[in-house]
Amino acid sequence: MQRVATLLGALLVMAALWPASGLDMSARAQSPIQADGQNPMGARPTADSVNEEFLFKQSPKITGRISIPDGKAANLIQPQGRQYQMFREGWLPWIGALVILGMLAALAAFFLYRGRILTDHSQESGKKILRFNAFERFTHWMTAVCFIILSLSGLNYIFGKRLLMPLIGPDAFGALAQWAKYSHVYLAWPFMLGVIFMVVVWVRDNIPNRIDWEWIKAGGGFIGSKHPHAGRFNAGQKGVFWMVAGFGAAMGATGLMMLFPFAVFDVNGMQVMQVIHSLIGVVFIAGILAHIYIGTLGMKGAYDAMGSGKVDLAWARTHHDLWVEQEQARTASGPQVASHPAPAE
Amino acid sequence: MARMKFLCDADRCIECNACVTACKNEHEVPWGINRRRVVTLNDGKPGERSVSMACMHCTDAPCAAVCPVNCFYTTADGVVLHSKDICIGCGYCFYACPFGAPQYPRVGNFGSRGKMDKCTYCSGGPEPDLSTAEYEKYGSNRLAEGKLPLCAEMCSTKALLAGDGEMIAEIYKQRVLKRGYGSGAWGWKTAYRETVAI
Ligand code: HEM
Ligand code: SF4
Ligand code: SF4
Repeated sequence: MQRVATLLGALLVMAALWPASGLDMSARAQSPIQADGQNPMGARPTADSVNEEFLFKQSPKITGRISIPDGKAANLIQPQGRQYQMFREGWLPWIGALVILGMLAALAAFFLYRGRILTDHSQESGKKILRFNAFERFTHWMTAVCFIILSLSGLNYIFGKRLLMPLIGPDAFGALAQWAKYSHVYLAWPFMLGVIFMVVVWVRDNIPNRIDWEWIKAGGGFIGSKHPHAGRFNAGQKGVFWMVAGFGAAMGATGLMMLFPFAVFDVNGMQVMQVIHSLIGVVFIAGILAHIYIGTLGMKGAYDAMGSGKVDLAWARTHHDLWVEQEQARTASGPQVASHPAPAE
Repeated sequence: MARMKFLCDADRCIECNACVTACKNEHEVPWGINRRRVVTLNDGKPGERSVSMACMHCTDAPCAAVCPVNCFYTTADGVVLHSKDICIGCGYCFYACPFGAPQYPRVGNFGSRGKMDKCTYCSGGPEPDLSTAEYEKYGSNRLAEGKLPLCAEMCSTKALLAGDGEMIAEIYKQRVLKRGYGSGAWGWKTAYRETVAI
């Protein structure tokens, strides 16, 4: 039964097509292509060809059909490559140098103006309070080590051939760049994991609130001597947190696109990914330079928080008074001493 | 000195892909790598044309500019070559190349694309001319033997022209004047920042 239906269907289709094809044939027979190459449609098959100008008016790149499996090869001309060249060689080195050297200069100027921020002595000096537990410190340092290597290997893509290559020669630089590249693409993974961990353990303490606004209005205690109130993280630290979360996500997303090229985007999309990755990359590096400065050289006592995990109580009282109160209220037994276990965070 | 260029006369190209095949054979190009390819534009529509495309050996080559390890160099003949010993396979040259010329033996994943490969204008690489090392990395060096690239030499319709830029532009110009039409020197504006004035 089904076969009969199929047969009938096929016959119907053939019947429908028959007159049409007949018509077509007779039309062609009646008006053959004229001697001057002109056909009745008015098109000249040889002379009226597509050309570059016409195709570029229709779309910014010229794409056709290809008979090999590599789909990317179907792009005949993408002049955007020239723009990408312009960005990467004309702009990026200057932007990168300006942003990073500018930050270093700003930090140096601040250091000269403010010096090392010290904590006034009080009767709480010498007592310790746990600020970051082992997991928090592990997360921080895993991400930090990856970040430093990612930064150096990333900067090598931009500046290596300009600064390092003339010094050590092309062969040594080639070998070094290869290792830098491996380190960049492999350490990207623990870096992304670290950023995820950081968000999980710290996002709770980084939600902006009214205290932050007061802190910003008071200049964060950087300017003048008055110390504004702050919880576990002050507005500046919250800024660093959100920068790491946001830029980390952006670097991860664009970096992943570059690790799996053409998985999502075509060549123009890849160019955009690369531009975003490099621009955010240099701003990120500058931002973290400021973070490193204030965590080490800029402020006495700050480093301990991520070093041993325990900070001086007087320091904590000065910079994170609300947090100290909260911790002391919670543990009821007062400040944590060295032998105490980490509070269940 | 000559300034070597390619010009594909699309009004002659019949998309036979012989240039593609000849290139693969001449240089023993590995699977998956196409130093040359034929792209058909307006496929199946009036005015359809095919263009054989490979590295154009650009003036102020974008690939060379963006390469983070500066592994490119331009020969006295204007041919853009590179060193596979220095290349780190970052893929930037593919993003920069207007013609999709750079090829990689492996397809991405973890940045392990392998050393970039592209059309050498049949003139090898930095190794000594006609050495085994050169052949293994870059294929044959016909220019060193006084011959032009094989793709253009064996093109049955002489659509693909290779040689000194001024000479091939003149040949193309004569053709256009004689037959009364021409779809233009594809890619010249982007590659050489000039076109063939007819
Ligand atoms: C967070 C710190 C990071 C910094 C500062 C950084 C910086 C950079 C810079 C400056 C470049 C060179 C851009 C250019 O030359 O135009 C680059 C390239 C690249 N980055 Fe990153 N990046 C970071 C993280 C990541 C992550 C998380 C990934 C992957 C998920 C990644 C993957 C890549 C890839 C694939 C390239 C292209 C180079 C290649 O494949 O060889 N990066 N990065
Ligand atoms: S065609 Fe592409 S690979 Fe060849 S020189 Fe120009 S930019 Fe470089
Ligand atoms: S893939 Fe190789 S040749 Fe191309 S830009 Fe990267 S290092 Fe240079």
